[in-house]
Amino acid sequence: MNETKFQLKIDEEKKIEPKDWMPDAYRKHLIRQISQHAHSEIIGMQPEGNWISRAPSLRAKMILLAKVQDEAGHGLYLYSACETLGVSRQELIQQLHEGKAKYSSIFNYPTLSWADMGAIGWLVDGAAIVNQVSLQRTSYGPYSRGMIKICKEESFHQRQGYEIMAELAKGTPEQKEMAQDALNRFWWPSIMMFGPNDGDSPRSGNAMKWKIKRQTNDELRQNFIDKTVQQAEVIGLTIPDPDLKWNEERGHYDFGEMNWDEFWSVVNGNGPCNKQRLDHHIKAHKDGKWVRDAAKAYSEKHLN
Amino acid sequence: MTEESLVWEVFIQSKNGLAHKHVGNLHATDKEMALQNARDLYTRRNEGSCIWVVKSKDIVSSESEDVEAFFDPSNDKMYRHPTFYKMPDGAKHI
Repeated sequence: MNETKFQLKIDEEKKIEPKDWMPDAYRKHLIRQISQHAHSEIIGMQPEGNWISRAPSLRAKMILLAKVQDEAGHGLYLYSACETLGVSRQELIQQLHEGKAKYSSIFNYPTLSWADMGAIGWLVDGAAIVNQVSLQRTSYGPYSRGMIKICKEESFHQRQGYEIMAELAKGTPEQKEMAQDALNRFWWPSIMMFGPNDGDSPRSGNAMKWKIKRQTNDELRQNFIDKTVQQAEVIGLTIPDPDLKWNEERGHYDFGEMNWDEFWSVVNGNGPCNKQRLDHHIKAHKDGKWVRDAAKAYSEKHLN
Repeated sequence: MTEESLVWEVFIQSKNGLAHKHVGNLHATDKEMALQNARDLYTRRNEGSCIWVVKSKDIVSSESEDVEAFFDPSNDKMYRHPTFYKMPDGAKHI
């Protein structure tokens, strides 16, 4: 009965709010997805934070600082949305530390050169935007509102990345090579950000029925590739996929097979930086304990 | 032992003269920290000229399952709306 009413509401494009009745599996799916999304924003600060002290100009440094600060903000919006489902911030952090909650595998790749800041902004944020634009229409109210806010802020991220790539691509041959190398390393991990092919994505069925997800992994991936090919052409870089070609009949680009062995290996903890990223988060959290304790002691003393 | 801090709801007045609008929430252990965190989290792009923070636990909300009964009294009073009234043809500025 409840479940029928719930589905009816979803079918009518009505949003579900925190106090509304919802199936346990819907709640669980949301907690998993939103927390994974939040953790990705926070862990995503590390590969970029790596270059703040080495940014090539003051302008680049200020922009990168603002961008990393935005990622922190986006993480907090998402933790807030997740907490409305009855899970505490502390539990969410603990799940991350114990490896029970995942974050996007893309952040387990190292950032080896300044061009990687360009590739991340252009491709990784670009892929994230495609996903997040779609999620603005998700059925859970707090998640949808968070996505709307994030999308507004995120488009500067992609543009600053593309600007870095464009500058390098029209620079010296060495600079252009650096940009091409970053594109070569980040292309495949970026298009794998959309997750497994639809046929291999076990949870997709319910997520689509409940309108948590509005488009499938493969639809979103195709959308991203179709947009990005032209952008690479404009700045004279080559997407590292020999099978990439326009398919007149489909009205989309065809592209090569992704390396799913690598994908699952990184998801399961064996990427180049999995351990480093998590260790760093755990250390920062432990190092910050005295601050949290002091703030709490202060508030108890002043009983505001 | 719990480390969890209080949740605060944040309201921002985007411009002098306008109403404060709810924008989201955050964690803080006291009101000063709540205000500073709200500034850092919700006004990174000149979104506001004034911020209110209120402890979430102090907010009283109507229940969504009561929505029909709770709001029913205003449904059948169409005469509260200006479009309810028939105006004579030709009358101006009314």
